[in-house]
Amino acid sequence: MTDTRSETVSVVERTRPVAAGGAIVAAHFLGRMAVFVLAEEAMVLAAPRGEPKKVAVHGGAILSTAVGESLIVSGGDDGKVVETDVSGESRTLATDAKRRWIDHVALGPDGAVAWSAGKTAVVQGKDLRQLEAPSNVGGLAFLPKGFRLAIAHYNGATLWFPNAAGATPEKLEWKGSHLGATASPDGRFLVTTMQEPMLHGWRLVDRQHMRMSGYAARVKSFGWTAGGDFLATSGATQLILWPFQAKDGPMGKQPRVLAPSEHRIEVVACHPKQDIVAAGYGDGLVLLVRIGDGAEILAKKPGDAPVTALAWSADGLLLAWGTESGEAGIVDLA
Amino acid sequence: MSEPASAEKIQEKAQEKVPVTVLTGYLGAGKTTLLNRILSEPHGKKYAVIVNEFGEIGIDNDLVVGADEEVFEMNNGCICCTVRGDLVRILDGLMRRKGKFDAIIVETTGLADPAPVAQTFFIDENVGRKTRLDAVVTVADAKWLNDRLKDAPEAKNQIAFADVILINKTDLVSADELADVEARIRGINPYAKVHKTQRAQIPLNEVLGRNAFDLDRILDLEPEFLEGDGHDHDHDHHHDHDHHHGHDHDHGHKTAHSHGGLKHYHDEDMQSISLKTDKPLDPDKFFPWVQDLVQKEGPNILRCKGILAFKNDDERFVFQGVHMILDGDHQRPWAKDEKRQSRAVFIGRNLPGKKITEGFESCIA
Repeated sequence: MTDTRSETVSVVERTRPVAAGGAIVAAHFLGRMAVFVLAEEAMVLAAPRGEPKKVAVHGGAILSTAVGESLIVSGGDDGKVVETDVSGESRTLATDAKRRWIDHVALGPDGAVAWSAGKTAVVQGKDLRQLEAPSNVGGLAFLPKGFRLAIAHYNGATLWFPNAAGATPEKLEWKGSHLGATASPDGRFLVTTMQEPMLHGWRLVDRQHMRMSGYAARVKSFGWTAGGDFLATSGATQLILWPFQAKDGPMGKQPRVLAPSEHRIEVVACHPKQDIVAAGYGDGLVLLVRIGDGAEILAKKPGDAPVTALAWSADGLLLAWGTESGEAGIVDLA
Repeated sequence: MSEPASAEKIQEKAQEKVPVTVLTGYLGAGKTTLLNRILSEPHGKKYAVIVNEFGEIGIDNDLVVGADEEVFEMNNGCICCTVRGDLVRILDGLMRRKGKFDAIIVETTGLADPAPVAQTFFIDENVGRKTRLDAVVTVADAKWLNDRLKDAPEAKNQIAFADVILINKTDLVSADELADVEARIRGINPYAKVHKTQRAQIPLNEVLGRNAFDLDRILDLEPEFLEGDGHDHDHDHHHDHDHHHGHDHDHGHKTAHSHGGLKHYHDEDMQSISLKTDKPLDPDKFFPWVQDLVQKEGPNILRCKGILAFKNDDERFVFQGVHMILDGDHQRPWAKDEKRQSRAVFIGRNLPGKKITEGFESCIA
């Protein structure tokens, strides 16, 4: 199937390669500045023109990152939570008292930052608040409305209002290990990825369960399409899109299945404005997939390593990609 | 250099998996002594060490990560299918720093069950893609093991599960007591490599780089005998003998050291069941049988291994398993002078030996 893609419309020639110099684990945009997060220590900032700039951020592995309008927040195995701006300046926001790994970070409204170290979830808003989860935290996500954090862990997720002192956090239960969390843009659904190759979802109003399964591998990357109609996911040899338009979300519905390949999708990134998803495959291929008709555009040819990072600029005109072997590029679609 | 060649090289490098050694052993047996010995020997290698975060004895190493031994059940309807959730997280993080170390050592607490640790490598694809389980090494206290085998099921699990066992602190027991401990261990697990040590003194190649979970390294399934009686010898067991409990092991060893006088014990609840046939097996009978066996007895089966000769098949088929997880593949063609014999062993708790033996024999083509 990949072979027939020699006919696919291509934007590969619009790519500016970036020498990142190490395995890439994530990519983000701060305005038009692409930021490639390396597995260890540093980030590489690359504008569409000009020399890339490598900045040291952590004293070891970078375990998690999240992006806001003007800052990237990262957690490292040095026990630090660091924010980095578009000029490459970084500042340590917090250091875990026991130097535990900062496993997860998330950015919330009004510059609030959340992170977790082992079982401890922390939110730094106006004040610093802390919550012990029942097990190691698998993932963090702020809900779009209110100042509320979802914490994924073993046997479910916890919804926590950090500012409601004394209120008991709400528990959403489902057996198994929950490793990542995302709330739908309208705030009606919480979806977690699991240790098993499946997703679990809750409709928050009535805690109805949604099981989304059929994957070949653990789902490690997911994102909401523009407008929040679909949740795009990695983990299969096709792009799996779960429909969330209806009142009951994907309950009883089949996902949209696009862009099949022999290789699994490792990472997805949804276009910020149009119903287009960038999908990065295990063989290094990157496709832009239009949800409406499944049309594909080639953004990167297969290479020597899996795609590990994809990001769109906020205007949807730049796409950054990175691979496990440290290859990186910025595709200019303008 | 041409481009395809260098691309291939990168691919190859990406496929190099970091070996992980699991150190188990009951409280006070000497795990940390062994760990510190491994770390301090002048081997020029760097290790990342994962220890229980509540451990007290200092470990002198750059890369030490605290783990909290979270055992998670999998949602696949199998109660024995468990993983170490903290290991999934820690190994993923550690592999971001690959190149900074050559191997990983996981030290478990004295009460830990090795199975979830091992199963993590088979169940979590992310972990399995970048790391490989090298061996489970169990340190046993020569003086106290017999007591622990009576009152601590964890201690028995650790012995039954082990690929390598160190009977440590041999200086604290008499020769008779030591022989008794050895026999107890053999009664539970006749297949592990056993070494007698003081202060966990052992050549590192006896505990590291064992490839005990590598299908390609399943060479034979002869019961192992005690080594390390002050002299190290790697002897090949090219003799043909059956391991019948109760008879004396005093028969023509190539390495000519006698096991005469070694006592034999049957453990009350942990046994190994050894299966053997010279007749070829029918794969259409064997696979349904073994699947059914691990489905039903999985919670009780700690480890299994086998080398099989199928009818009309010129290749050796090897398999191994942990509880309900089975892993198997064709290994290599049978050598011309090699006896096409099928052997399998199941180590577990209260296994129905007769039923398993009969089931195995019913798979003969």
